[in-house]
Amino acid sequence: MPFKRLFGEFSKGLIRENPVLGLMLGLCSVLAVSTEAVNAVGMGAAMTFVLLGSNILVSLLGRSIPAKIRLPVFIVVIASFTTIADLLMNAYAPAIHKSLGIFIPLIVVNCIIIARAEAFASKNTLGASIVDALGMGTGYTLVLFVLASIREVLGNGTFWGMKVTPEMDPILVMMLPPGAFITLGLMMAGLRSVRK
Amino acid sequence: MKELVVLFLGLIFVNNFVFARFLGLCPYMGVSRKMTDSIGMGLAVIFVLLLSAVSAWCIQTYVLLPLHLEFLQTIVFILVIATLVQLVEMVLMKFSPALYRALGIYLPLITTNCIILAVALINVREGNGLLKTVVTTLGAGLGFMLALVLMSSIRERLDTTDVPEALKGEPIAFIVAGLIAIAFMGFSGMM
Repeated sequence: MPFKRLFGEFSKGLIRENPVLGLMLGLCSVLAVSTEAVNAVGMGAAMTFVLLGSNILVSLLGRSIPAKIRLPVFIVVIASFTTIADLLMNAYAPAIHKSLGIFIPLIVVNCIIIARAEAFASKNTLGASIVDALGMGTGYTLVLFVLASIREVLGNGTFWGMKVTPEMDPILVMMLPPGAFITLGLMMAGLRSVRK
Repeated sequence: MKELVVLFLGLIFVNNFVFARFLGLCPYMGVSRKMTDSIGMGLAVIFVLLLSAVSAWCIQTYVLLPLHLEFLQTIVFILVIATLVQLVEMVLMKFSPALYRALGIYLPLITTNCIILAVALINVREGNGLLKTVVTTLGAGLGFMLALVLMSSIRERLDTTDVPEALKGEPIAFIVAGLIAIAFMGFSGMM
């Protein structure tokens, strides 16, 4: 496959078809874990791992899955990779695993993954599906990281756990749920006005 | 008893699943355009929530724990939920066409509503007994419905107001959700 097309499949997930800001998918985890930049990267990594796994398997199985039971099959594939991610994080990154909590098993019901399996991986080649998963995963992580950085800097005065704004009193509401809703709303509006 | 009442009210107002725990946001943003839709969705969610949480609890207590298969939790629960939703759809279609027409279109959406899986997992992880599971589930469901109805009544009005171009639609809905969440924080003094 030409490099240009592959790059196109990758870059569409970043801005044009960004799963969070553009397609409004996977909102729960984005808002919930975006209190610290470290959490954002951990969640993004788990999400990308599951996306990659499910896209690879679904594109390999492709047409051998009977159309009627395709959704249950996708769900089992996604649930298996989520369980793997859950157990791996529990073993190698217990601190992040603990702070992400219930949102790791909830990757199963994240609409981004099943949407990519259904709309892309089941119809495209292995290479394109891998690139698509990486692009979507990066787009998701990017939004999460930006949102978490804004919230952590304004709400706690820190970035990646380091103090960055010594003179400013932290704006507590940014760390609380309302801050997440309002910041994400403003980010969406910002992206929209840039696109025009 | 008193403890259960406090838990129930707390889940509706203070630890509301939408405003405090960020669960069930996709339908919250997707189906909150019209009041009638949001009531239908809310009722369908409460119904499926109750069924799935109780069956998940039974499976965990009587199958997974005795066999030491807790690591299969995620896979088993999501399959149970998906099957249940299908089953509910078929039963409703057969026995109550009127109810099916009212709730039917929301049922497929519910499988991927994270609040369903989340409540099942939270109940099991906190080691709740059956009664506490039912109370937690009802509180979560009613809290979700309250959030949905509040949001849709505001959005119906937003449609006719002059919102800046870039904020139209979802962005303003998020900001409104943020403001409702601030208002709900006032309830925490109640407990």
